[in-house]
Amino acid sequence: MSDTDFLGRPIIAVTGLGIVSSLGRGVTDNWAALTAGRSGIHAIDRFPTDGLRTTISGSVDFMGEMGATSTGLSYAMAEAAGSEAIVMAGLNDADFGGPLFLAAPPVEMEWQHRLKLDRMDGATREEAGYDRLLEIARKHPDPSIYHLTQCSRISELLANRLGTRGLPITLSTACASGASAIQLGVEAIRRGETDRAITLGTDGSITQESLIRFSLLSALSTQNDVPEKASKPFSKDRDGFVMAEGAGALVLESLSAAKARGAKVLGIIHGCGERADDFHRTRSKPDGSPIIAAIKAGIDDAGLKPEEIDYINAHGTSTPENDRMEATGLAAVFGDRLPETPISSNKSMIGHTLTAAGAIEAAFSILSLKEGILPPTINHNNPDPALTLDVVPNEARRGDISAVLSNSFGFGGQNACLVLGREPRG
Amino acid sequence: MTDRPRDVLITGIGLVSSLGEGIAHHLDLFARGPGLQPSIVTEGYEPYFVHALPAMDWSRQIPKRGDQRQMETWQKLGTYSAGLALEDAGIPMDEGVRSEIDMIVAAGGGERDANVDAMVMERARGSNDPGRVINETLSTELRPTLFLAQLSNLLAGNISIVHKVTGSSRTFMGEEAAGISALYSASARIASGQSEICLVGGAFSAERKDLILNFDLAGLMLRDEWRPVSARNEAHSGIAVGSVGAFLVLESADHAAKRSATAYARLVSAVGDRGRREREKTAERFTALLPDNSTSAEETLVLSGATGLADLLDIERQVLADKLPGSPTRAYGTMLGHSFEAQMPAGVALAAGALARGVALPPFDSGEESEANAAPRRAIVTALGHLHGEGVCLVESIAGPSR
Repeated sequence: MSDTDFLGRPIIAVTGLGIVSSLGRGVTDNWAALTAGRSGIHAIDRFPTDGLRTTISGSVDFMGEMGATSTGLSYAMAEAAGSEAIVMAGLNDADFGGPLFLAAPPVEMEWQHRLKLDRMDGATREEAGYDRLLEIARKHPDPSIYHLTQCSRISELLANRLGTRGLPITLSTACASGASAIQLGVEAIRRGETDRAITLGTDGSITQESLIRFSLLSALSTQNDVPEKASKPFSKDRDGFVMAEGAGALVLESLSAAKARGAKVLGIIHGCGERADDFHRTRSKPDGSPIIAAIKAGIDDAGLKPEEIDYINAHGTSTPENDRMEATGLAAVFGDRLPETPISSNKSMIGHTLTAAGAIEAAFSILSLKEGILPPTINHNNPDPALTLDVVPNEARRGDISAVLSNSFGFGGQNACLVLGREPRG
Repeated sequence: MTDRPRDVLITGIGLVSSLGEGIAHHLDLFARGPGLQPSIVTEGYEPYFVHALPAMDWSRQIPKRGDQRQMETWQKLGTYSAGLALEDAGIPMDEGVRSEIDMIVAAGGGERDANVDAMVMERARGSNDPGRVINETLSTELRPTLFLAQLSNLLAGNISIVHKVTGSSRTFMGEEAAGISALYSASARIASGQSEICLVGGAFSAERKDLILNFDLAGLMLRDEWRPVSARNEAHSGIAVGSVGAFLVLESADHAAKRSATAYARLVSAVGDRGRREREKTAERFTALLPDNSTSAEETLVLSGATGLADLLDIERQVLADKLPGSPTRAYGTMLGHSFEAQMPAGVALAAGALARGVALPPFDSGEESEANAAPRRAIVTALGHLHGEGVCLVESIAGPSR
């Protein structure tokens, strides 16, 4: 068996996985809950929700005091997932020895800090605003607040903690970020720059303001009454996504390097595809051409044909627009075979983990391949008649699958698709 | 994939700063030096210094008013500069052509509505339930589209919409390191055959008190007395922020030849590292990133992206003196201010422009920077990030016709 693919590039093995989501900490707990069809969506108690249209989320509330800020929580979850993946790969989680590609949420000063500063003395100006805060900052400097606003902060801490090499890349392609991080890792190994890379997606950014921002764009479900039933991808009565938090990590290695050190290969990244959309800031081009191009590019990069894809891990956000456009795009690529190709959305259970989604869902895709189990799309009691899909409704299903397509689409015209496999195709 | 690294050419530059727009404009201005004055605003920002943008006619690169309304200044600056770079590279506004172009953007983000923020703080003062005040005020006062002007990847999103660049769209974050990594990733992809042509760069809007607040909470801002970057010291240490949009079109030599494009210069390498910031360790990492002195010292122009923080200046000065003695050094932050994500792209833009003209930039501080005695044949652009991340780009002039 060759260690290179159909284009002579190194085959990319996955040798470690790590997951944190509202379902729990660690791969074992998450996989058990996901395949049992359990939801992690719940009423928000992190902050008051009075007056908000959406009062539910898949927040992660069990990371201790690091959960007090978005940057702290995003780091803590990334650290947990990253460490789990590296240890699973049989490597040293304090001296990983390869580069870090991190999908992380953009961060800025949080309200708790603005209000804390405003309450301090030291300003001649009484009028509320940034001029006053600047005066106070000169009297009471606090670098720890600044650090929380740095988009490089999480990768800097992770690089120290995990012993990665070189300058880490922190990226954002909105809700496709997790997939883009994996793509960057794949490209670095294919270029021969490194034998291994850790790719991470993390997002712990549920705050009042972030919730309100998405709410003002009418992106969120307002079906608050029974939180665990709000996320219902591909259902007729879907009304928006449910914001969620989590982290996903994959250790990627060239197959030859993994074999040389006797590592257990959990799965393969066969290919990656991407295509930007120039139509609108939040909506897809009506003909779906960028989504179609991204899916085709991923399958082409894998050296596969659409009929060789056995299962699709959908982006499936549960917004009216996404699920319709995703189905349209898939129909154009898969044609008559689409209704027979199972497709399910992890977001029905864990919600939309935004920056982390592509990474978490890639990890779940590897587990689906390895265990031969397709996680369900839960809350599927009222199918959208316009979408003829086998969404693996409500209960997990056994399936002997060898190749999975994992889709990720985001605001700003971001479309990224990964093709993952069970075995190398040398 | 190719076995041997391919040449990566710089075939287009889009540069906008407090000094004006266009690489030619910047070089023409520098040709009048030494003794140049930067364009600095203090009014309304005391005790800080801001290299602010001149009045811009955004519609020259962002023709639709509707598009302009969807962006805040940072995004307009980046989208405008990206348009300049594409135009400068002679790439027609043809969707078929532009849909094949890759894109990597180094971005911050987070434009705020300062009035709404002030309103929340004001209302929270008298309330025993500030959480509720936040909910009520933000829900009713925030413009829904402001979110799209805050998201880091929406600079790239706007470039796709306005300039039709859709081959790929990747946004790197994290201050100076984002700019270093963007150049590294774009050049590595082209050199290896993973990409043929890539629009790469970043933008930073300095006229933002919310960001200045963040920086000065860590005591990073230069206050009270402005000095050129290279003249800053322990007593006068700090950053003068500068609005900059800097984009480059990078291209494989084959791709450029096929469309008969001429290049400014060749991007030979773009490398970065990070680690703990003890003086010795930092100096070691920075030394390791610098190329060997294969060209004569006089013909090597060092464009320093120094922030103005005295301890880092001191490290950089010592390492450059050891490793590249005799090479003229220009701290371009003196003229442009410091622009974080855009700092390295701006330095590479100036380097490529200077090499194409075969003219060294004048000293920006006649006390600390010496006149060049020869035309530059290569340029080394440095970045010691304000808190972390170090990077170096090597740019060389090309034989034969250039821009």
